[in-house]
Amino acid sequence: MEDKNNDILNEVTGSDYKYGFYTDIDMDQAPPGLTEDTVRFISAKKNEPEFMLEFRLKAFRYWQTMQEPEWAHLEYPPINYQDKIYYSAPRKKPKYESLDEVDPELLETFDKLGIPLDERKKLAGVAVDAVMDSVSVGSTFKKTLSEQGIIFCSFSEAVQKYPDLVKKYMGSVVPHTDNFFAALNSAVFSDGSFAYIPKGVKCPLELSTYFRINAANTGQFERTLIVAEEGSYVSYMEGCTAPIRDEHQLHAAIVEIVAHKDAEVKYSTVQNWWPGDKDGKGGVYNFVTKRGICEGENSKISWTQVETGSAITWKYPSLILKGDRSTGEFYSVAVTNKRQQADTGTKMIHLGKDTKSTIISKGISAGRSNNSYRGLVKTSRRAENARNFSQCDSLLLGDQSGAHTFPYIEVGNRSSIVEHEATTSKISEDQLFYCLQRGIDMEGAIGLIVNGYAKEVLSKLPMEFAVEAQKLLSVSLEGSVG
Amino acid sequence: MLKIKDLSVSVHGKIIIEGLNLEVNEGEVHAIMGPNGSGKSTLASVIAGRELFTVESGEITYLGQNLFDMPAEERAREGIFMGFQYPVEIPGVSIANFMRTALNEKRKHLGLEPLTGAEFLKLMEEKKKMVDIHSKLTNRAVNEGFSGGEKKKNEIFQMALLEPRLAILDETDSGLDIDALKVVANGVNKLKREDNATIVITHYQRLLDYIVPDFVHVLYDGRIIRSGPKELAMELEEKGYDWIKQEK
Repeated sequence: MEDKNNDILNEVTGSDYKYGFYTDIDMDQAPPGLTEDTVRFISAKKNEPEFMLEFRLKAFRYWQTMQEPEWAHLEYPPINYQDKIYYSAPRKKPKYESLDEVDPELLETFDKLGIPLDERKKLAGVAVDAVMDSVSVGSTFKKTLSEQGIIFCSFSEAVQKYPDLVKKYMGSVVPHTDNFFAALNSAVFSDGSFAYIPKGVKCPLELSTYFRINAANTGQFERTLIVAEEGSYVSYMEGCTAPIRDEHQLHAAIVEIVAHKDAEVKYSTVQNWWPGDKDGKGGVYNFVTKRGICEGENSKISWTQVETGSAITWKYPSLILKGDRSTGEFYSVAVTNKRQQADTGTKMIHLGKDTKSTIISKGISAGRSNNSYRGLVKTSRRAENARNFSQCDSLLLGDQSGAHTFPYIEVGNRSSIVEHEATTSKISEDQLFYCLQRGIDMEGAIGLIVNGYAKEVLSKLPMEFAVEAQKLLSVSLEGSVG
Repeated sequence: MLKIKDLSVSVHGKIIIEGLNLEVNEGEVHAIMGPNGSGKSTLASVIAGRELFTVESGEITYLGQNLFDMPAEERAREGIFMGFQYPVEIPGVSIANFMRTALNEKRKHLGLEPLTGAEFLKLMEEKKKMVDIHSKLTNRAVNEGFSGGEKKKNEIFQMALLEPRLAILDETDSGLDIDALKVVANGVNKLKREDNATIVITHYQRLLDYIVPDFVHVLYDGRIIRSGPKELAMELEEKGYDWIKQEK
C-alpha cells in the first residue's frame, strides 16, 4: 500500500504536471505550502526556461533532505514551512490614495529619517504623482549604464535576456547545497537584481538610486547576482533606511558576487525590516546567505552593512579570497533593540597567496535584545602570507541586553598572520550626563554616542546613505534608555 | 540670579551638603574653596542637575525659576554651564559635531533658527581665537586622547561657544601647568559680562591669581562656614584649611 502511495506521489511530483496549477496560472498567488508543484508554479508564472526550472527542482529536492540549522544563538518558535505562501504577484495597485491614509507612526519615522516626500509615498504604498515617474527615472538611469555595456536589471529579466550569464554564474558562489535557507531560496526565489560590469569598465553611478525607488516590492526570497569582469569597478547599494513592513514573516535571500582579476566590488546594505512590536511579535525573520568570491588576482570585494531591523537576523556576508593578492573587507554595524535577535558576522576564506582581509564589526544591543558576532577566518595551506585583522566591538545599553562574540580561527600555514581584537563597553552615565549638561537630551545623546562608536563603519557607506544611516541608528534606539 | 536656600543633599543615604545658603548675582565671580570631601563638586553637580544626588531639603531658584523643576538639559539650555573636573571621552564624535548639536539645541529652546554648518564653523573660529585654542583640537573626537590641559581648554572653548548666564567651573585648575592655567583663566576673564556670573570651584588659591573673585566662600563639611572678599583666599592659602577648621 505504501509502495503504491509512493508511486503515485512520484508520478505526480516527478513528471510534468498535466493538470491543476497550469490552469490556475492567472492566480495572483500560490496556494500555501511548498511542494514540487509550488516550484513549478513559480517557474511557470515567471515563464522561465527549462534550465531554471531544473535548477529550482534540484534545489527543492535537496532542501527536502535538509534540517533547519540550530547552531545560531537565536530563539524562535519552529517555522512551519507548509503554511507559508511562496509566490504572490507584485502589487500593482497602490494601497492608498494619499499619505493621509498611512499610519502616522510610519510617517513620523520617515520624517525623522528625512526621506524625500515622493519616496515616502512609494515606500508607504501610496499612489505616486505623475511628476515622479519612476519608470522614466529608471530608464534614464539605464541608458547611462547601457552606453557602457553595463547590465543592471531584475533577476527575472536577466533570466530571459541573458540566460548564458545567469547559467554560468548562478549558484557558482552559493550552491543550492550550501545551507538550508540557500536551498530554500534556490527553489522558490521570487526576484532580485542582476548586475554585470564588462571588462575594464568603471561603473559611473552608484547602483543605488534606481534601487531605492524600486525597492518597495522586492518580495521575500530575493536573489542578487553581481559579476565584475577584469579590471572593472562597481559600487552597489541595496536596501533602504525606511522601515519596511511586510506581511511575509520569512525572508531568505541570496547574494552572490564574482570579482575577476583586478576588479573591485563595493557592496553596501542597510537593512531595516520590521522588527516586530515590543515583544517581538510579527517581526521579520531574515535568513540571508551572502557570499563573494575574489576569483582573479588582485581583486577586491567589500561588504558594508548596517543592520537595524528584523526580529531575527541570520546573516554572514562572506568572502572567498581565491585570487592571489586579493582583498576582502567586512564592515558591520548591527543594532538590536527590544526583543530583536541578531546572529551575524562574516567568513573570510583565504585560498590565494598574499591575500588580505579586514573585519570591523560593531554590535549595539539595547532593550532585551541579543546581539552575536560569529566569524570565521581561515587560511589554507596555499595561502602564504595571508593577513587578517579583525576587530569586534560590542556596546551595551541598559542591563538587560546581551552581546556575544564567537570568533573561529583556522590557520593552515605558518606564514599567515591573523589578529583578533574584541572589546565590550557600555554607554556610561558620565557620557550621558556630559551631553545633557550641554543641552542635548537623552535620545540625542545616545544617538551621538552610538554614531561616534559606529563611525568607522558608517564612513565606508556611500555619502548619501551614511547620513541616513546615522539618523537610522538614533531612531532605532529611541526609548532604549530611561 | 542664583539663590540657594537651606540646601541639604545626600548620596546613597549619606549627607554631603547640609543647610547651604548662597546667592550669586549677575556680573559677579564667586570662588568656592574647601578641602577635599567638603562637598564642592557635589554642589556643582546638584546645580547642573545630576541625578546621582538626592536633594533632602531646601530650594534653588535660577532666574526666578525653581531649578528642581527643570531637567538637566533644560538647565543647560537656559544658560547653566558646568566645566567638568574630569571631562569624559566620547569616541568618534568630533568636537565640532558635538558642539553644533549642543548649540542648536539651545537655539531651538530659545526659539532661534539652527546655525548652518558654515555659520557654525565661522563662529567656532571666532571663539577659538578668543580663548586661544589652536585649531586642530576641534577636529578631534570629544576629549579622546586629550591631555589633562587639553581637556580643560576644551571645556573653556565650549563655554565660549555656549555663552552661559551662569558658569560653574569645577576644579578646572586641577592638574594644569601654568600655561594651561593662564589659558583657562584668560578665557574666563574674557567671557565675563555684566549679565553673567561665574562660580569657580577650586582647592588652591593659585587660580585666583588670574581670576579675581568678588566673593570667596569656604565650604567645609557641607556648609559654607565663611564668606569674604578676595583677601580671604590669600589668608586661607597662608594659614591652610586647618585654621578654618579650628575656628569652627
